[in-house]
Amino acid sequence: MKYETIIIGGGLSGLLSGISLAERGHKVAIISAGQSALHFSSGSFELFDSAENPLQGIASLSEEHPYRKIGLEAVEHYADAVKDIFARAGVKCSGDKNRNHYRITPIGMIKSAWLTLDDYATFDSAEELPWRRVALVNFEGYIDFYPKFLESCFAKRGVDCETFTLTLKEFEHLRESATEMRATNIARVMTGDILSKIAQELKGRIGDAEALFMPAVFGMFDDEAVTTLRSMVRVPLYFIPTMPASVPGVRTQIQLKNYFQKLGGVYLLGDNVTEGVMEGGRLKSILTANHGDMEFEADNFVLATGSFFSHGIIASQEHIYEPIFGLDVAADAHRSEWYNQDLYAHQPYMGYGVTTDEQLRCKIGGESVANLYAVGSVLASQNAIVEGTGGGVAITTALYVADKIINA
Amino acid sequence: MNYQNSNISSNNFEQCIKCTICTVYCPVTAVNPEYPGPKQAGPDGERYRLKKPLFYDEALKYCLNCKRCEVACPSNVKIGDIIQLARLKYSKKRPGLREQILANTDFMGSLATTFAPIVNTTVKLKPVKKIMDWTLKIDSHRTFPQYASQRFTTWFKRHAAKHQAELPNQVTYFHGCYANYNYPQLGKDLVKVLNAVGYGVNLMEKERCCGVAKISNGLVKQASRDAKRNLEEVRRSVAQNREVIATSTTCTFTLRDEYHHILGLDNSDVREQINLATRFLYRLVDEGKIKLAFRDDFKLRVAYHTPCHMEKLGWSIYSTSLMRMIPGLELIMLDSICCGIAGTYGFKRENYKYSQAIGAPLFKQIADLGVSVVACDCETCKWQIEMSTGVKVENPISLLAQALDVERTKALNNIK
Repeated sequence: MKYETIIIGGGLSGLLSGISLAERGHKVAIISAGQSALHFSSGSFELFDSAENPLQGIASLSEEHPYRKIGLEAVEHYADAVKDIFARAGVKCSGDKNRNHYRITPIGMIKSAWLTLDDYATFDSAEELPWRRVALVNFEGYIDFYPKFLESCFAKRGVDCETFTLTLKEFEHLRESATEMRATNIARVMTGDILSKIAQELKGRIGDAEALFMPAVFGMFDDEAVTTLRSMVRVPLYFIPTMPASVPGVRTQIQLKNYFQKLGGVYLLGDNVTEGVMEGGRLKSILTANHGDMEFEADNFVLATGSFFSHGIIASQEHIYEPIFGLDVAADAHRSEWYNQDLYAHQPYMGYGVTTDEQLRCKIGGESVANLYAVGSVLASQNAIVEGTGGGVAITTALYVADKIINA
Repeated sequence: MNYQNSNISSNNFEQCIKCTICTVYCPVTAVNPEYPGPKQAGPDGERYRLKKPLFYDEALKYCLNCKRCEVACPSNVKIGDIIQLARLKYSKKRPGLREQILANTDFMGSLATTFAPIVNTTVKLKPVKKIMDWTLKIDSHRTFPQYASQRFTTWFKRHAAKHQAELPNQVTYFHGCYANYNYPQLGKDLVKVLNAVGYGVNLMEKERCCGVAKISNGLVKQASRDAKRNLEEVRRSVAQNREVIATSTTCTFTLRDEYHHILGLDNSDVREQINLATRFLYRLVDEGKIKLAFRDDFKLRVAYHTPCHMEKLGWSIYSTSLMRMIPGLELIMLDSICCGIAGTYGFKRENYKYSQAIGAPLFKQIADLGVSVVACDCETCKWQIEMSTGVKVENPISLLAQALDVERTKALNNIK
């Protein structure tokens, strides 16, 4: 099997690298070990959260940070470029790289973000909300949604919130298995007639509310259910992210994957890359668990395997390592240095990942591998939680590397 | 109480981080609320079952062993295997007459082919279907696969066997019950393609059913007996430098993975020599060892359905890449979702409704596309899709055989 580029990892960064290459006629394959962390993404992406103007915040980061490696200009450029890619893939979102907006979290906190899916309400201030009266709707038996927290979020900011629960006959069937009444299972029944029924139920109960909020359990494979329901309700209808798996997150994954495949990309799911075959400082080919001794060759490879969660980086009792190629990893030597006893303090392990040269090429024994790039959260020297940079690093490094490969 | 003993499993269920992604992609959870879902049925339940077997839930029978949970799992947990093993270990329900009939595909097949015209007519009759429904709980809506009046093995011995040794390379074909009893044309198609590229076909001396239906119907002892016999045959073939190839994804998957994971038989010495026919052919083309030439007048618009066990093997790329080599064939990929039948699962009355609900989005997509043929490497998917859509389903090997220009192919490969 021969491709121009093979990407290991099929989440946000892997897919965006793949799409960017495939849009320009490149022959690309993505190999993914199971589904990605996008399934847990509520649907907001951060560029740099801990400053009002993300770009100014980025300038203050250390030189080892992935943003600084690709440069502020590149960050700006790709932060714009991704909006067009999302639009072409059918992912509807909005946001401004020069100014963060605010949004509501599943437990009623207000957090900032750079890009947010159109499912959700976004606003300019964390203290003041743009409504005086809102209505909040939940579905009977649905456990992954917290109206009390949300009510308090609204009350604290002087917004009257009336909550009601809809009981739908169609849900009796779902409620038979309480543990499985999750967002994604509900989303499967939220099509066709049931949407009109919900709209009908809401009609008499909206009262003078200026906006309506519901759990994000609509539109798993596309956003048709969202659009349809909105067209049937007379006030703006917004969704609140739920506990995972996240319906808008799954939808984003599916839309990006479908778009990649439509462009001719090959997406191999549920396979593990087991080793690489090196030849003269280059990665010649890779082997996988499913394909045995069938080599997958490519001119370039992109490592988009994620951090600890996705097993892109692994911590054993003694070591922190990159499991496929044994790449150079930035990590403290002793376990005691990896973490801080105070959960909320800065956690060093969050910054561990593979080290790269200025072009994001991976290293083995201090030497760059000429055709192996790393993108997204597998990269060292970032702290997605503290900085609020997870989505932005995944997006900008992915598009940066795709351009590097095209221009090489 | 030894807590360690009650916590350690040979499965890797402790790798589960409770993310519930498996549940998102479970075809059964989507339609049947009685099924606890793969996370609950698999790793979550396993933790309890290790403490006390009474935590076993008979609702695990609704799992159709598609393994899509395993394909989706980001932590590589063998969710499907955990569920299958739990069913075999803990279920109190013993297999009945229905399970024996559905599971013994080889025994029933040899009976039915002998009386094929009578059997085929009889099982189509409404009263017979009703009686089977009442007595055996085999759903009366289900269309039974037709039996052939001449088995593939009989045809092979009479018409093909004696020329095979003349060819420069040799393989062993594991035809499986379906090609032998129901659709010998598939076996004939494979022989046609392989012979044209210089490969002689050999059959096993005594091939048994791969055992997948016996495993899923709880008949482990019988399945193990068949599996051991098949592995002996595979080893004999490998010793003669003959790779074993199959046209069915499920037979391939069972021989390669379920023998080891479910039946506990060590097949590691020969696993890599058990191959799917399309993968075998694709590799030969890819490595430049064979060449294929196709007829100029072959034109067909085909949609490819990925069977669940193909998704698990990760090998659909070989079947689709081979079909894409045919100049007159336009290939459209269907969404990779379960068709709902899962072997004998969809024949059972209690599952029929769910089986059809699982496949509904796939049937709609096929109908909307308006293709004349669906390609698919699994025989039970074929029954399900043909019954539910009316569209003909062909194995990619059969399409290859139809499109192949035999004379030109032979010439390209220097075969007389």
